[in-house]
Amino acid sequence: MLAPNFELNATPDQKLRLSELRGKRVVLAFYPADWSPVCGDQLDLFNETLKYFSSYNAQVIGISVDSTWSHMAFSRDRNLHFPLLSDFEPKGAVSRLFWCYNATKGCSERALFIIDEQGIIRWSEIYPEGINPGVDGVLEALEELNAKTNKKNYEQVTIAGQ
Amino acid sequence: MNKLQLPVNDRDQRTGNLEAELTLVEYGDYQCPYCRQAHPLVQRLLREHGNQLRFVFRHFPLRKIHAEATMAAYTAEAAGRQGKFWQMHDLLFVNQHRFREETIFHDLARKLDLNMDKFLADTGDMEIATKVENDFRGGIYSSVNRTPTFFLNEEKVYLYDGTYESLLTTIELFV
Repeated sequence: MLAPNFELNATPDQKLRLSELRGKRVVLAFYPADWSPVCGDQLDLFNETLKYFSSYNAQVIGISVDSTWSHMAFSRDRNLHFPLLSDFEPKGAVSRLFWCYNATKGCSERALFIIDEQGIIRWSEIYPEGINPGVDGVLEALEELNAKTNKKNYEQVTIAGQ
Repeated sequence: MNKLQLPVNDRDQRTGNLEAELTLVEYGDYQCPYCRQAHPLVQRLLREHGNQLRFVFRHFPLRKIHAEATMAAYTAEAAGRQGKFWQMHDLLFVNQHRFREETIFHDLARKLDLNMDKFLADTGDMEIATKVENDFRGGIYSSVNRTPTFFLNEEKVYLYDGTYESLLTTIELFV
C-alpha cells in the first residue's frame, strides 16, 4: 500500500514532506507524547541505534501531536538526532491517515511503519498502551525486507543471465 | 522477542554462585538513576540468596542522554582486567553523582589500587569497547527497552518495580 503523503512541521519554520524521502526507507514512529519519564523510552532507543537503521538505508522519524516548541525542547533535552514531526494542527490529522489516532485520549498510539524507497508501506505494528516495544521488532522487519529485496534482485539477475 | 538473545558466556561479568541453576542478567547503565536505585537491591539479593544465584551485568549505556555512561562502562571493564570488576561496579553506582568531575574515573581506579598505566591503556582498548557495544547490541535484540532490564534464566522479568520485594518474588516464582 502506498503511504499517504503528508507534510508536517519539523521545527517552527521548517516543514518535512514524506515524498522528499523517496529513495530512502522511512521508519515512522508515532508515539503518544513528549516527556516520557523513563530512561530508555522507545525514542531514546531509536536515538541510540540510528547507525543500525542507517545500515538499512532507513531514516527514523518521530511523530506526535505535541507542538514544535515542545518537540524542540524535548529533542534538546534527550539529545535526539532524528526529526520529530508535529501532528498539531489540525490535531492528529496525519495519525488519522495512518489509522493510529486515539480520539479518546487525543494523541497518537504507539505505532511503527516501515515505508520503502518507493513510498510503499511494507510493515506496520500498533502497540497496546503502556508498552514500550523496544526497537528489535522493527530492526528484524528491516532485515527481512533486505532478505526479500536481495532474493528479488538475485532472481532478476538469474533470469537476465539465462 | 522477550527472551535473552545472547546466552550467558565466558566474556560476561559474573558473580554469585557461578554453578547456580538460576541466572539473573541485568542490562544496566552506570549513569542511570533507576539502575543506581536497583544496585543495593541486587547487592542484598546476592547477600541473602547468592548461593542460589548467578548474577551477570551487561552494559546498556544510553550514550545520548548519559554522556559519561560509556566511559563508566569502560572503567568497570578495565578494572575487570585487574580482577576488580565488581568492586568498580559498586564504586561507580555509589559515585554516580560525581560523574561530571573531570578525574572521577581515575580517582576510582586509584582508590582500588589499580595499576594506572594498565588501567589507562585498557580504558582505550578496542576489545573493551567492542565488548560494551556487543552487550548493548545483544540488549537491543532482546527487546531491552529501559534500564535496568532483568532476565531470569533468559526470560525477561516484568515484575520488577523498583522494590526489593518484586525482585525477590521474581526469584521465588521461578524456584
